[in-house]
Amino acid sequence: MLSIGALLSVLLSGCGDRTAQAQRKIQGIVYCAEANPVSFNPQVTTTGSTIDIIANQLYNTLISIDPLTAEFRPELATAWEISEDGKQITFTLRQDVTFHSTDYFTPTRTMNADDVVFSFNRLFDVYNPFHFVGDANYPYFQSVGMDQLIRRIVKVDDYTVRFELFSSESSFLSNIATDFAVILSQEYAMQLVEQENKQDFDMLPVGTGPYKYKGFLRDNLIRYHKHPGYWKHDLAMDQLVYDITTNNTSRIAKMLTKECDITAHPSATQLETLAARSDIRVDKAVNLNVGYWAFNTEKPPFDNVLVRKALAHSIDFQKIMKAVFYGNGIQARSILPPSSWAFQTQAMPSYDPERAREFLIQAGFPDGFEMDLWAMPVSRIYNPNARKMAELIQSDLREIGIRATIVEYEWNTFLERVGKHEHDSVLLGWAADTPDPDNFFSPLLSCTATFSGKNPANWCNPEFDLLLTQALDTTDLQQRKQFYQQAQQMLITELPVVPIAHGMRFQASNTSVMGIELRPFGGISLANARKN
Amino acid sequence: MFADFLFRRLSLLLFMLFALTAFTFSLNYLFPRDLLTNFSGELNANYSQTQILEQKYHIDDNLLIQYQAFLVRLFQGDWGLSLSSGQAVFGHVKQLFPATIELCVYALIVALCLGIPAGVICSAYHNKWPDKVISSLTLLGFSIPVFWLALLLIMIFCLSFGWFPMSGRIGLLYEIPPVTNFILLDIWLHDFPYGGQAFADALHHLTLPTVVLAMYPTTVLVRFTRDSMLTVLEQNYIKTARAKGLNRRQLILDHALRNALLPVIKQIGLQFSTLITLAMVTEVIFSWPGIGRWMIESIYQRDYPAIQGGLLAVSFFVIFANMLADVIHTLLDPLARNQAHGKV
Repeated sequence: MLSIGALLSVLLSGCGDRTAQAQRKIQGIVYCAEANPVSFNPQVTTTGSTIDIIANQLYNTLISIDPLTAEFRPELATAWEISEDGKQITFTLRQDVTFHSTDYFTPTRTMNADDVVFSFNRLFDVYNPFHFVGDANYPYFQSVGMDQLIRRIVKVDDYTVRFELFSSESSFLSNIATDFAVILSQEYAMQLVEQENKQDFDMLPVGTGPYKYKGFLRDNLIRYHKHPGYWKHDLAMDQLVYDITTNNTSRIAKMLTKECDITAHPSATQLETLAARSDIRVDKAVNLNVGYWAFNTEKPPFDNVLVRKALAHSIDFQKIMKAVFYGNGIQARSILPPSSWAFQTQAMPSYDPERAREFLIQAGFPDGFEMDLWAMPVSRIYNPNARKMAELIQSDLREIGIRATIVEYEWNTFLERVGKHEHDSVLLGWAADTPDPDNFFSPLLSCTATFSGKNPANWCNPEFDLLLTQALDTTDLQQRKQFYQQAQQMLITELPVVPIAHGMRFQASNTSVMGIELRPFGGISLANARKN
Repeated sequence: MFADFLFRRLSLLLFMLFALTAFTFSLNYLFPRDLLTNFSGELNANYSQTQILEQKYHIDDNLLIQYQAFLVRLFQGDWGLSLSSGQAVFGHVKQLFPATIELCVYALIVALCLGIPAGVICSAYHNKWPDKVISSLTLLGFSIPVFWLALLLIMIFCLSFGWFPMSGRIGLLYEIPPVTNFILLDIWLHDFPYGGQAFADALHHLTLPTVVLAMYPTTVLVRFTRDSMLTVLEQNYIKTARAKGLNRRQLILDHALRNALLPVIKQIGLQFSTLITLAMVTEVIFSWPGIGRWMIESIYQRDYPAIQGGLLAVSFFVIFANMLADVIHTLLDPLARNQAHGKV
């Protein structure tokens, strides 16, 4: 009798479990992203769409920047100390931080100094077994000149790492706090070396972030699972899924049908439709960014500053602001956005077709010429609709006798080709990764950026580079400001790029989703995101 | 007799396959990229890789040997690499094609379940109001372009009412490992804690694409069944049966239907090629992760190895489906075996 009772209770409890399980709704957040990720390692790319997807979700950095106060916050490093001469920075690391345990890797130890040394050595040390994996191209760090700055990285003890620099640099900590300076697992790397499978390193990620990689189906989805032992908190949802929807309209439609919980970059025209719904929230964040038109200054006739001036004077900025930004952006007055501390209003070239024509005649092109105008195929904060902008510019150029052909490629191909400087001129932009003004100059317009394929103007001016170096060499804020103001002025006289506008970052999300962190610099963090 | 027929069909099949592979092979020469890239999908091959590839693809040999090597690779499943993803084309095809076939099969089942009874009703009530209503609806369905219908349904049922999702096969949070690639079957096979919910969700996702895709074959089947039934109902043996006093139900179900369905079976096979074409359009609109959407993406991205692979897979499939329908039809209808020549 007793045994029958026990059996019954077991059966019943089994049933109970099953129904409870079935009743619990599957937990997770679906984020509709605008492009495939280029890689799963932020070290090897600066593509904003990729950084949004991978950086904050899979990885942690040593320190981060507080979005409100712009102060440095501890992350994987609990403390840091800068020596008197500014050449040695010592980080004390957090203990008991676990790496992801995935289908392809099971960690046997927690994070320690070896991982930090390995992660940075990969970027700078040619003897690191992973330095030449992929294209050996680390666009962010190379373009800000970090590879020239770091003498060596020393493991002091298991939880202390010291960076030794050739010279002190004021933007060093900001750069260490960017989304690109992630900490990777050395143990995983060594496992791949053993398996002779090094190229998987950037595609099958292992990090310390709140989510771990599960799968990626190109053009369809990326799936992350919760990282159970995440060191910071236990807030993550069971799953985070990225639905890759390149079409702007489809993305919004999916938001309306509740297939997406969060949608990246809704275009300005769709904001009203979204705002009209009570179940959708539209977040707006001021973002340090700039959308510009860059000329390939190594290619004639764009090597002629008069031609560049003619082109800059030929476009009607007001029309662009209205038709592309719909009042959700501000016209650029410099390459720096007004919220940057080094910003100074510049006398920007105004819309003046007559003057443009004069410049053209002076440059020796009275009848104009033919050129390509590359337009980004995706919507970005700094340029929500590059195609439309290109069409407006095309018609403006026709006024002064220049025949422009609009060129478009798939986003990743587009960036690759711009990196190879195959273009005549290109509509692109830049969203800052740190509040430091250097972030707008060195990665975009320095000579080193030209070599690492990040400088779309293909512009290398030693005088300009000197200004940047001088600004970095000092920690005196007033002095830095002066150098940056000279740099801004130089850009307006030389015009390798025409700054067009600074956009706002928009994000639509379901009202049941909380805790999305839109950062004024860097990507988006879903580490604290949850659904009620 | 049947063996003779089968032999004729098989030799025709072989010839068709030869023509198809020869055409696909020639595409390598017709596409604008470098020949070696078209063959292999290898974009930035360095010198030593180029050497290996040239040997593998017999670039320096004559066309016949190249074609032979191409055939061997085809059967080994080495269809080159996709230019945009860098992964094997054959892998993509294996992964994506079942999703397309799934959609077509569901649509065909819907078409059979609706089309044949509707056609029978039409013929039973010839020139009376049920016939007129169904026939005009059929005409309407027949003439609506599939993409327009899809957009219309999305606008009404997804965006306005919010009843159905508008993309994909299942809510993305349900992680169903593909076994058969038929989503409903996979959910059933895989003991998933949220099995019930997942099943409902998959059905929910399936509804609109299936309805859209089923529209055309349904209308064709209605018209075909109706006409075929009417022809059979004119036959003398039916008249005799009627004279014997059988009622309409007995006449149609016991005597006419079997004979009337024979040409319809053949029609089902022929529908497959149209279905696959329509499925491509449907897949693009509903973001269905099938081969059609992938091929259209590939065309946009000028991914030549992918276009080739997709084309080959779809054509193979259509030829086999047609052939199979033909053979089944012949098995059921002895008269058809007397055809002197096979035809597809």
